[in-house]
Amino acid sequence: MLELFAKQQKIYPKRVWGKYRKMKWATMIATLGLYYLAPFIRWDRGPNAPDQAILIDLPARRAYWFWIEIWPQEVYLLTGILILAAIGLFVVTSMFGRVWCGYFCPQTVWTDLYVWVERIIQGDRNARKRLHDGPWSFDKVGKILATHFIWLVIAWCTAGSFVLYFNDAPTLVRSFFEFDVSPTVLGFIGGLTFSTYLMAGFAREQVCTYMCPYARFQSAMFDKDTLIIGYDEKRGEPRGKHKSGESWEGRGHCVDCTACVQVCPTGIDIRNGLQMECIACGLCVDACNNIMDKLDLPRGLIRYDTTNHMTAEVKGGKEKFHIMRIRTLYYGIIMAVVGCIMLYALINRSQLELHVLHDRSPLFVQLSSGEIRNGYTLKILNKTFEDRTYILSIEGLPDAQIDVKAAGNVDADSLYVPANRVGEYHVFISANVEPGPANDITLTLTDNDGTLHDSYTSTFITQRK
Amino acid sequence: MSDDNKKKEIDDLSGVETTGHEWDGLKELNNPLPRWWVWIFIITIVWSAWYFVIYPSWPVPGGATEGASGYTQFKELAHNQAEITARQEAYLARFEGADFETILKTPDLYAFAVAGGKSAFKDNCATCHGAGGQGAKGFPNLNDDDWLWGGSLEDIHQTIQYGIRADNWDTRDSQMPAFGADELLERSEIDAVVDYVLTLSGGKQTSSHAQGMQIFAEQCAACHGEDGRGMRELGAPNLTDKIWLYGGDRETVYETVFNARAGLMPAWNERLDENTIKQLTIYLHELGGGE
Repeated sequence: MLELFAKQQKIYPKRVWGKYRKMKWATMIATLGLYYLAPFIRWDRGPNAPDQAILIDLPARRAYWFWIEIWPQEVYLLTGILILAAIGLFVVTSMFGRVWCGYFCPQTVWTDLYVWVERIIQGDRNARKRLHDGPWSFDKVGKILATHFIWLVIAWCTAGSFVLYFNDAPTLVRSFFEFDVSPTVLGFIGGLTFSTYLMAGFAREQVCTYMCPYARFQSAMFDKDTLIIGYDEKRGEPRGKHKSGESWEGRGHCVDCTACVQVCPTGIDIRNGLQMECIACGLCVDACNNIMDKLDLPRGLIRYDTTNHMTAEVKGGKEKFHIMRIRTLYYGIIMAVVGCIMLYALINRSQLELHVLHDRSPLFVQLSSGEIRNGYTLKILNKTFEDRTYILSIEGLPDAQIDVKAAGNVDADSLYVPANRVGEYHVFISANVEPGPANDITLTLTDNDGTLHDSYTSTFITQRK
Repeated sequence: MSDDNKKKEIDDLSGVETTGHEWDGLKELNNPLPRWWVWIFIITIVWSAWYFVIYPSWPVPGGATEGASGYTQFKELAHNQAEITARQEAYLARFEGADFETILKTPDLYAFAVAGGKSAFKDNCATCHGAGGQGAKGFPNLNDDDWLWGGSLEDIHQTIQYGIRADNWDTRDSQMPAFGADELLERSEIDAVVDYVLTLSGGKQTSSHAQGMQIFAEQCAACHGEDGRGMRELGAPNLTDKIWLYGGDRETVYETVFNARAGLMPAWNERLDENTIKQLTIYLHELGGGE
């Protein structure tokens, strides 16, 4: 009978120690530390802007990243970051294989953390397996409850930290102690706690195998010069059990101890060759090296290597690593171009922007004196963190009069816009001109201390077409 | 078809068992779906059943079944509108008590008045005065600085409240005589006075200028003023400026004098509440011509 649906095989990764495990711990501490603590970094922007270094202020529609501030209309910078991140991933993948998957992907990092918790409480691979398959007992219930409780605490902290990026961190943390948190925040925390718990506690390698699109299209970035985790078949085969003192003549160095399989977080046998499930974490390399050390054999039966390099060795030759290739060059050029565009956009980011919308109805108004008047809506983007007053002037229309319609007495030389805000003014421009084709006029806005200015070209309409 | 009796067949290349199905030499590998995937599928089916019960889902004559939650988009709309109204209440309380001068000085009340006036204008006034208040023949342009009955806040307020030649005691009212239709003037006399009126706003003098001037002084000046600058108490337009409500060409002016003009505007105090009228007043005042 065919099985229609496959049950998830629970994987119990064994503890291992070695170079790559150390690197994994280091990246876990660095990435999680950054993630949990970054919202608490302060950055002084003066009294009119938040002092959180990294903040996405959704109600006010601003994003802050240290000295960079982004308004909604500058969201193309986000596009740039996404392109850089994608191409950056391509470069790294084509050179070093799936290091993102093995070391930096949140799914990997949190799963790793959860497995660690599991191991601390329930013991290593065999103990966990026994506990899981064994009968229910007081001890088993206690251990499993403790594991899930700590998992939930970690998930809750993860969700809480995520929310901190969208709120003032110290204020929100304080409001937790005062039991005064909005339902929206609690809703987000609840949802993200659940998803973290589900993904890192249960879904684990299923995410990499069945859900992640990146895992699937990565092969497009691979070539024979890409570093992959490889089993040296020529040296290892034929494999078999080995008794101490026996000769290594006529057989391979693989003693079929399955250490590489036991430590694998995705549960594959790397000796079957590169597989889609492999996240290139290198734990099997550590495991195999430890065995090789015990057997007094050279390390590297399983190792990071390129296909070209391995094949060349099989043939007896020595092949160099080709880290720089046409492919990496292409990716590098794309990154450089996008990076330069973004840098240009950031350096030339104006702290004052003027947008002018000509009134649509009526297009122009004839006054009793014979003068003709046009109406405009001015949008003034004050991107500084100070309240500013601007002076409006017109070019291209002789003897034009400017009349500002706003609450109170507002003149064209005192257009006030609060810090970090958009100011909107309705302005009438009138002039004694003969009706004729519409002519271009330029409206210029100057900061009252003369440092910032921006212009906008609009039209002055004097007759129906 | 019984798969049970067949021997297990393992595909050479992938090392995966086949299902035993074969089409033109292509064999189907047995890579079963993960079970949790099936669970998600089942959960979505359960979800759809729940949705079916909770929300209106099944069309019946005259509408749809009512869901257990009682939700409809009409209710949601009403709820959202109530929220907006509640938000307006905060302004309305202050707006109601404030006089025009205060509103013009206070930024948030000013914005509230202009925004509210704008939408009320489009709902009620745009039919005659145009979406932007640009007017049409016989319907004044409200953007310019020429006012028949006055362009101050109080004047505008009064006009909107009681209308023009409307059916109430406070309405603005006046009547221009139909000089031709009622045979008050000869056709030649009308010709003369029309030519004279056109000179007031820069037209060329004709041979009958003196006669026209005399007729104007006798027949028209009582309302339009000696110098033709009009009189707002009577809604008599200024004849010396460049703005014509019905048209400034000779033919139209002749028609105006011959048949007279009397525009109508309804009184809005019967249809709109006082706050809306106040908002409209400020909106119109700030369209550019307010005095």
